[in-house]
Amino acid sequence: MRKCKTAWLFLFAALYSSSAICQDTNPVNGVADKRSGTYAFTNASIVKDAQNTVVNGTLVIREGKIIGAGSGVNIPADAVVIDCKGKYIYPSFIDIYSDYGVAIPQRPQGNFGFFAPAQIGSNTKGAYGWNQAIKAEVNAASLFTTDDSKAKPLRDLGFGTVLTHQKDGIARGTGAVVTLANKKENLVMIKERASANYSFSKGSSTQSYPQSMMGSIALLRQTFLDAQWYKNSAVNKSTSEGLNLSLQAWNNNLSLPQIFEANDKWNDLRADRIGDEFGYQFILKAGGNEYQRMAEMLATKASFILPLNFPQAMDVEDPNDARFVALEDMKNWEMAPTNPAAFEKAGINFCISTADLRDVKQFWANLRKAMEYGLTETKALEALTKTPATLLNIYNETGSLEAGKWANFIITNGPLFAEKTIILQNWVQGDKYAVKDDGFKSSNGVYNLTVSGPTGINSYNLTIKSANAATLTGKDSLAVKYRSDGKLVNISFSPVPSAKKTVVTRESITTSDSSRTVQPINANAQKRDSLSIANTPDDKSPDLKNKQGAQRTPGQQVTTVAFSEPVIRLSGTISDNSLQGTGVDTSGNPVTWWASFVKDDVAKPDNAKKKTTPVIGKLLFPNMSYGWESMPKEETILIRNATVWTNEKDGVLTNADVLVKNGKIAGVGKNLPAAGARIIDGTGKHLTPGVIDEHSHIAAASINEGGQSVSSEVRIGDNLAPDDINIYRQLSGGVTTSHILHGSANTIGGQTQLIKLRWGADDNDLKFKGADGFIKFALGENVKRTPSQNNNRFPDTRMGVEQVQIDAFTRAKDYEAALKGPNGKNVRRDLELDALVEIMNSKRFITCHSYVASEILETMKMAEKFGFKINTFTHILEGYKVADAMKAHGANASTFSDWWAYKMEVQDAIPYNAAIMHNVGLNVAINSDDPEMARRLNQEAAKSVKYSGMSEEDALKMVTLNPAVMLHIDKEVGSIKTGKDADLVLWSDNPLSIYAKAEKTLVDGIVYFDREKDKQMRLQIAAERNRLIQKMLEEKKSGGSMSPATPSFRMMNFCEEHTHQHGLLSEEAE
Amino acid sequence: MKKYLLILAGLTISLAGMAQDDVYPAPAYKGITVISNATVHVGNGQVLENTSIQINNGKIEKIAPSIQAPANAKLVDATGKHVYPGLILSNTNIGLREIASQVKGSNDYNEIGDLNPNIKSIVAYNADSKIINTLRSNGILFANVAPQGSLIAGSSSVVQFDAWNWQDAVYKENNGFHFYMPSLMPRPARFGGAGPQADPMKEAFTRIDMVKAFFTEAKAYQSQAAGNGNNLKLEAVKGLFNKSQKLFIHCDIVKEMLIAIDFVREFGFDVTIVGGSESYQMAPLLKQNNISVILQQQHSLPTSDDDDVDQPFKTPSILQKAGVLFAITDEDETTTGRNLMFNAGTASSYGLSREEALAAITLNAAKILGVADRSGSIEVGKDANIIISQGDILDMRNSVVVNAFIQGRELNLTDKHKQLNERYKKKYGIK
Repeated sequence: MRKCKTAWLFLFAALYSSSAICQDTNPVNGVADKRSGTYAFTNASIVKDAQNTVVNGTLVIREGKIIGAGSGVNIPADAVVIDCKGKYIYPSFIDIYSDYGVAIPQRPQGNFGFFAPAQIGSNTKGAYGWNQAIKAEVNAASLFTTDDSKAKPLRDLGFGTVLTHQKDGIARGTGAVVTLANKKENLVMIKERASANYSFSKGSSTQSYPQSMMGSIALLRQTFLDAQWYKNSAVNKSTSEGLNLSLQAWNNNLSLPQIFEANDKWNDLRADRIGDEFGYQFILKAGGNEYQRMAEMLATKASFILPLNFPQAMDVEDPNDARFVALEDMKNWEMAPTNPAAFEKAGINFCISTADLRDVKQFWANLRKAMEYGLTETKALEALTKTPATLLNIYNETGSLEAGKWANFIITNGPLFAEKTIILQNWVQGDKYAVKDDGFKSSNGVYNLTVSGPTGINSYNLTIKSANAATLTGKDSLAVKYRSDGKLVNISFSPVPSAKKTVVTRESITTSDSSRTVQPINANAQKRDSLSIANTPDDKSPDLKNKQGAQRTPGQQVTTVAFSEPVIRLSGTISDNSLQGTGVDTSGNPVTWWASFVKDDVAKPDNAKKKTTPVIGKLLFPNMSYGWESMPKEETILIRNATVWTNEKDGVLTNADVLVKNGKIAGVGKNLPAAGARIIDGTGKHLTPGVIDEHSHIAAASINEGGQSVSSEVRIGDNLAPDDINIYRQLSGGVTTSHILHGSANTIGGQTQLIKLRWGADDNDLKFKGADGFIKFALGENVKRTPSQNNNRFPDTRMGVEQVQIDAFTRAKDYEAALKGPNGKNVRRDLELDALVEIMNSKRFITCHSYVASEILETMKMAEKFGFKINTFTHILEGYKVADAMKAHGANASTFSDWWAYKMEVQDAIPYNAAIMHNVGLNVAINSDDPEMARRLNQEAAKSVKYSGMSEEDALKMVTLNPAVMLHIDKEVGSIKTGKDADLVLWSDNPLSIYAKAEKTLVDGIVYFDREKDKQMRLQIAAERNRLIQKMLEEKKSGGSMSPATPSFRMMNFCEEHTHQHGLLSEEAE
Repeated sequence: MKKYLLILAGLTISLAGMAQDDVYPAPAYKGITVISNATVHVGNGQVLENTSIQINNGKIEKIAPSIQAPANAKLVDATGKHVYPGLILSNTNIGLREIASQVKGSNDYNEIGDLNPNIKSIVAYNADSKIINTLRSNGILFANVAPQGSLIAGSSSVVQFDAWNWQDAVYKENNGFHFYMPSLMPRPARFGGAGPQADPMKEAFTRIDMVKAFFTEAKAYQSQAAGNGNNLKLEAVKGLFNKSQKLFIHCDIVKEMLIAIDFVREFGFDVTIVGGSESYQMAPLLKQNNISVILQQQHSLPTSDDDDVDQPFKTPSILQKAGVLFAITDEDETTTGRNLMFNAGTASSYGLSREEALAAITLNAAKILGVADRSGSIEVGKDANIIISQGDILDMRNSVVVNAFIQGRELNLTDKHKQLNERYKKKYGIK
């Protein structure tokens, strides 16, 4: 039939011609039975699209396509006419994010942890690219198979078309648009190459690289570059690559709509930035928490695909279980249903998808929930029809009801989004699929029932309310059981009026997910076994259900009838508003009966309560404990009469004032004028510059890209995670600036990111603006993967580490020369080598994880050979042994105060290290490498006072000015001097004392931590927790679907160094 | 004078680069030592200003404002200095582990098997561990050396830190058994939990029941006539039933600690919780059941995002107010216990008084470990386990230990780190 597509011009449609001969290649076993499939749906409300509805319209279809839709449409003579009086017809939905009919490859079982043997190359056989996670060559169209067991549940929800793709890998190849018709693959495929799909997850790839978020980002960026180079070199016939089917496919796929599965608010931004860099706008598959950062979402200018996988309430009945559920998760439970409405409000283009639902049957319940939380009907319909069709460039084929488009539509018994509306039929490519067909022809109405038997003929008034509810009146109102499946009917009643009772029947109401979910398709099915009596509403509206839910247990009934008198039992058929059959009367005599339609039952007005917009808590930045309702503001502040540790020539000033204005230090001295500033009394307190942590791993989604020994292409800054509570906790310890380093998994790690602890800011705003770029190197046990039982990744010794360094810089040198050479523009741009070239040109600086004397000397020598310096040795626990050589080289040292004995290479670490290096003349810092210790860095510095008698001023500098110097930011921070950034800490005591507490911490003149404010926040957190716990308990009481209380574990990143205690809910990230 | 010669001798040898191997345990000293004019922190909350202490034959003989030293007494002028009881690490694997887990050959703390009450840490204790002297330098003179493992890991012993070998080091042998409670915290699979099919709680309770069943049988075993002592495991736990030995239960969360109470109620054991990071949530219940707590790590992050940012720091003050007997230990593997006094210091910044914080690493620790009759405080009749610091031992600004005594023997406070410091200061000509 597809082959006829082009022949199907409007001209033909207008002539109602059926003269085109549809041909295909499939032999027929038997006698050909081709039909034109011409149908006319009359008297329907035809919702052509979200904006246009034709009341009393007609829809005509033929050969799987719409040939007319609207009022005054001619009905072809050969059309089967279906009266749709009272019915609504909508375009069926399009799911733009599906894997329907395309299997997801499974990752083989095995150990892929960091210490497992590395898989350096790809396991994909063939002329493909080097990385197994880049599967640009995969085409969903070649893999797709029709699978009606998966199609039917989607059709039942109202979907007719999906974009399917192989959900595996970072580049996932192309997606295909298929319909959900139960037909041969050839016929359901509407668009063979409809999208190019991507993600950050390497899926089934067993290759070691990439193993981090930033590695995935780097791989995508590099592949964009490689593909461009491959294309150009193919043109120039200069490729040394040979045939690369992955890159070839990648290039071919770039003209398609680009869809990126991001799945999280920060990932959305990460993906979008990759697109921006290379001039592509991704359509972003969202995660559901985007409502927390709508300004950032809007700024992406992307269209979004929204899942409706709203979190379930947790069972927090047991306070000891509730204890471990973080406020963040509870708030997200409450607010996630606002996500679609937030997009609508922000004016962002979006689609709605069934993706990520635990069970697709939740779709309608969750969609209605989203609407309850503000999503409008118009937008919902668009998000399910026109928007996805437009994004996929198939709006000319589907997505609305217009002549020429596929006959993909649904018929409902009422307005689509009304609570009680049922989808009756879903037509896909002109074929009918029954959803709730027995509801199609409503038999509801008033009937004249006649029962004829040996005792005579009796007449009754039968009012059929629904498939399983009716009322019956003889002289009086009679109790009746009525049940019909649309074809067969059972009626039984007592001719004598009797009292009603409540008994137990077999209907079971559970509090499980499915029974709670109110769906049009199941609404009747659920009721099928229940019995109903006159005057009792059969309508178990959700509200009613909720009220009763608490008392119900499985097996118990709701409302029913018992007869105390003998009954007349009738059995028969129903069709075309007439009923007839046979039966047995109260005495056991056979009877015949029939009922004829008299009139419509006058429908009672829908008195279902209008749902009010739910009350929800405030959005916080970040949306968790200690988040702000609004970001704290910059202030003019005068700190008066404090002991001020300037770190400048003035040293420690007593009874001094510091003025903060416009985010900078505006004055230091005695008796400064207040000039409208907020006064903070510093009497008895100490003011120091903010603490700078040279070595930190907080606030990042990933830290280690250990898939290769050289990974200078990865950048911590690509994957900052601003919702890390440790930002706030460290502010409480006076930290204002942190250098977020790549881990130590490999010899040449990744590019670092300097941040200021602007709690509540987004990832970009966390960054320390204008600072020099750094990169992490590492030496020793971690890079040679000492804990691995069977390391197969070069290097395995310190001898090898040197060669990795030399090889990398040698390659970088050659690369740089080639770039500058005559053929420079044809050189493949290599992100890994770009970073190394920057190092050699002193545009990027190294901070090198190091321990023992030998490797320190070796690395300096290596650097000198290539004409650069190691800016900083970090850890550097044997720095005291080679401090003179470090000084000669010009390196800085950033170390721990007193760590040792946690691995072989720290056996000679001593707590006198910092002081010796300091005394030799090195610029020395004390760093944390630890989210807990970072908030006590002032006291860590003080240990040099204890062990080595260092002066207190020099000790404090080790966590303030000295790290600023080694990070090249001492012009901005590190001391208290007019003109510098107002990054300040007011301490309760001498800052080197165990008794010192940060009372206020300022970054850029903004108070981000205030011990008084913190006290209030604790109360607010407790109140908000309590409110949400009560709400979850309420949800449980009302029978909502619940998940067990799940402790909110948090990933923590370190250098893989140690086992410092971080609390019960922290888990070391790999 | 003799003392200074000793130290000088020590230094000279150390400069030869024989890292630590020349730091000898002090010889027995039966004579008299008088420490004079110190600020004495007794360990029980009291502070005695300008006080002198007389030690005789290893015991504290006299504490008085001023003491007329006998002619042959060793004199230590502690004017302006602070005297404390020797600090106690109440739970540690020092001596069983030289280098952290990466170097398996250096590890002797985790035996195979679920029910190992017959395992004794003391027999593997290495009195020559290089870590020990670095602890002594900070005033830490005692440790309760505990085995680790799954379920019942074995018994711990209290050692003193100036010994030639483990037999020399024993201060109290096999003071208690260590039971590592299975976690009752459900873990999602992505955080290392079992798959969705598994029921970790059920599994945990099965294992806990296994331990209870063991004790039930052990109890029956103890009651039987003598002469049937052929089951090493059942035999080993005899002391639990008459409370001559304790049960140390390692656990953290409330549900686990509630189970710990079962062992008091069902078996009448003397129970100490080790870990107890959530103990502040049920302090009155612990008090009611006479359960003491060894807090493992003050310098820790709060459990939940929602917790007070200083929660671990202030947990001790909550236990203190509730009257729970508790100690603070330091098991940080990257610093090997040397920050014990600063862990206590942090507790004192967040609600404990300084003397209460001190008790958590001295007298209260001694009480929990069953050595308070001999150690943990500076009181007449107790062993002279004493340290002298230049200033406040809890504050790194001036926590510098200048003298230390174990049972009256004055320790050589040199350690590997000081020796390396001297060695390289010499290299650079630093004074």
